[in-house]
Amino acid sequence: MKFLRIKAITKKELIQIWRDPLSLSIAFLMPLMQLFIYGYAITFDVNNIRTVVYDRDKSSISRELVAEFRESGYFTISAYVDGYREIDKYLESNSAKVALIIPEHFSKDIRTARPAEVGVIIDGSDSNTATIADGYINAVAGLFSQRIKGVRIAPVIDVRSRVWYNPELKSRNFIIPGLIVVIMAVIVALLTSLTIAREWERGTMEQLISTPVKPAELIIGKLIPYFAIGFIDILMAIMAGVFWFGVPLKGSVFVLLGLASIFVFGGVCFGILISISARGSQAVASQMALLSTFLPAFLLSGFMYAISNMPKPLQLITYIVPARYFVTISKGIFLKGSSLDMLALESLLLTVFGAAVFIAANKKFKKRIE
Amino acid sequence: MADNDIAVKVEGLSRRFGDFVAVDTISLSIKKGEVFGFLGPNGAGKSTTIKMLCGLLLPSAGRGFVGGYDIMRQSEEIKKHIGYMSQRFSLYEDLTVEENINFFSGIYSIPAEKKRERKQWVFEIAGIGDRRKTVTKNLPGGFKQRLALGCAVLHEPSILFLDEPTSGVDPMSRRNFWNLIYGMSKAGTTVFVTTHYMDEADYCDRLSLIYRGKIIAEGAPNELKQQHMKWDVLEIEVDKSVEALEVLYKSGVEAAIFGSLIHATVESADAAMPVITALLQQSGILVRRIEKIVPSLEDVFVTLIEVS
Repeated sequence: MKFLRIKAITKKELIQIWRDPLSLSIAFLMPLMQLFIYGYAITFDVNNIRTVVYDRDKSSISRELVAEFRESGYFTISAYVDGYREIDKYLESNSAKVALIIPEHFSKDIRTARPAEVGVIIDGSDSNTATIADGYINAVAGLFSQRIKGVRIAPVIDVRSRVWYNPELKSRNFIIPGLIVVIMAVIVALLTSLTIAREWERGTMEQLISTPVKPAELIIGKLIPYFAIGFIDILMAIMAGVFWFGVPLKGSVFVLLGLASIFVFGGVCFGILISISARGSQAVASQMALLSTFLPAFLLSGFMYAISNMPKPLQLITYIVPARYFVTISKGIFLKGSSLDMLALESLLLTVFGAAVFIAANKKFKKRIE
Repeated sequence: MADNDIAVKVEGLSRRFGDFVAVDTISLSIKKGEVFGFLGPNGAGKSTTIKMLCGLLLPSAGRGFVGGYDIMRQSEEIKKHIGYMSQRFSLYEDLTVEENINFFSGIYSIPAEKKRERKQWVFEIAGIGDRRKTVTKNLPGGFKQRLALGCAVLHEPSILFLDEPTSGVDPMSRRNFWNLIYGMSKAGTTVFVTTHYMDEADYCDRLSLIYRGKIIAEGAPNELKQQHMKWDVLEIEVDKSVEALEVLYKSGVEAAIFGSLIHATVESADAAMPVITALLQQSGILVRRIEKIVPSLEDVFVTLIEVS
């Protein structure tokens, strides 16, 4: 292993990246753009749920209930209607997601301390929003019944749940730490996947393999600049997450960066392995890199969908998705302030993945034309 | 390797790609310091052979030694002692002249002091010193090719493999390039060069002619001309060369078109000249000139191909 050779390759790669606008924009522009686009687009928070009200009671108490809904911030009252037909119309035309039906005897029931019932219709075609809306309705109704002093709407069990780690239940807080991982998994592999395929495609590899350069020197020389770029990217993404999106970083930023560098190392090695496998075609290499990182990282990492809810075979597959480990690490450090020893298993598996892919890349690279 | 004067030795070397036999049991022996020409038309197996010798391509059968190292098992050892210039320009087009030289100096791990000296040398031989900051993509062909040569010999290899180094380069640059090759050969470097330019073959100390994967002749250029051209070659200038060729073919004369001229191979020039002149004139073809010439290697090659 000769330092001069590794240095020559690293330097050459850096010059090439620096002179190639496409590489530069994939390296530095794309991750931030994706972070902002996805960061704003993906949200599980439901606000301003359009609601129609069919108030058959028309009392001061029923108006108070409607006001309670409006002031919660989650509901917008888009219309008052006078019949079920009209409710149909609003829901079908998608002008409302929720209909609130207050029965005629509503105020009377409350006054006489009988359990008062309110009818609610929710548009279930977007089941995620429907579930959340349902939760909010119960919460608002609960608050309302507490406020009407002396009157209780069947508070048989008083449940007081507390949410830990993300008390505001802002979905952005758990999306951003995972999103950083998904974006970086894709960018790092995509960027690196071109490096060896490009040399075969342009014919420069033929010259290179006629020299005494060793496969490991070539791979390490190429790893270094992409690793550095990946690390800078992840640093930018974390800063954007904390300072722009206001996601609290509870744990140690150094532990996060340390483990991030293991993740980036694995990603870069994976990109190189792809580049070697896609011999001679940059197009094939970039397709392979996208397919093999984006979908697994997005769907199987636990970023969006909890792994424990997946069918067993799919759960098994997630173990070979390195993003899975780093999503756990990133969410853990960001939201729970987890320390290194709590993330030991994930860190270990991430290291094993990086080492395995590095060895595979070295084995796979042949200094011969086939 | 018993013989210390041999730089490259190959016995029964073959390479198949599926059913296609690109190189068919060839044998070669090249002395140290020789300029060895490997001649043949495109697709004859020249590049395949050179890649096997450089350790880039594994042979299907046969044995070969380059600088005393086995091409089957010691290809990495070979790579330390050779320079290789591939057919396709294979430096980094997005790097400048100097950056390319720096890169290959690093790859050959040339120490800093030596590196300065070698870089200067490349600037000189390629006549490229004032273009050191030019991005390689923007260099004219002749410069590119001399820079590629410079980068391939930065580490002063004892054996140099050049695959069609002069293809697509203007005649002046080709001349310059051959002067460089001579210089290196004089300094003791063995040069293995492939070409399909027959006129370049005369520059070589020794030649092998390869056709459809097989070596059909070898020797010094003059030997080849004498051994394989016992017959005479007539150069005929006519007004309708294609028709003339047809007439000659029909009467069993071996002939080929060279530019606008016809070369005919005959047993005796003196006997054949009046016969051929009469034959052509009878067919209404005007013979402007007919004379006996010293056969070129191209004539030799055409004859050999017709024989095989």
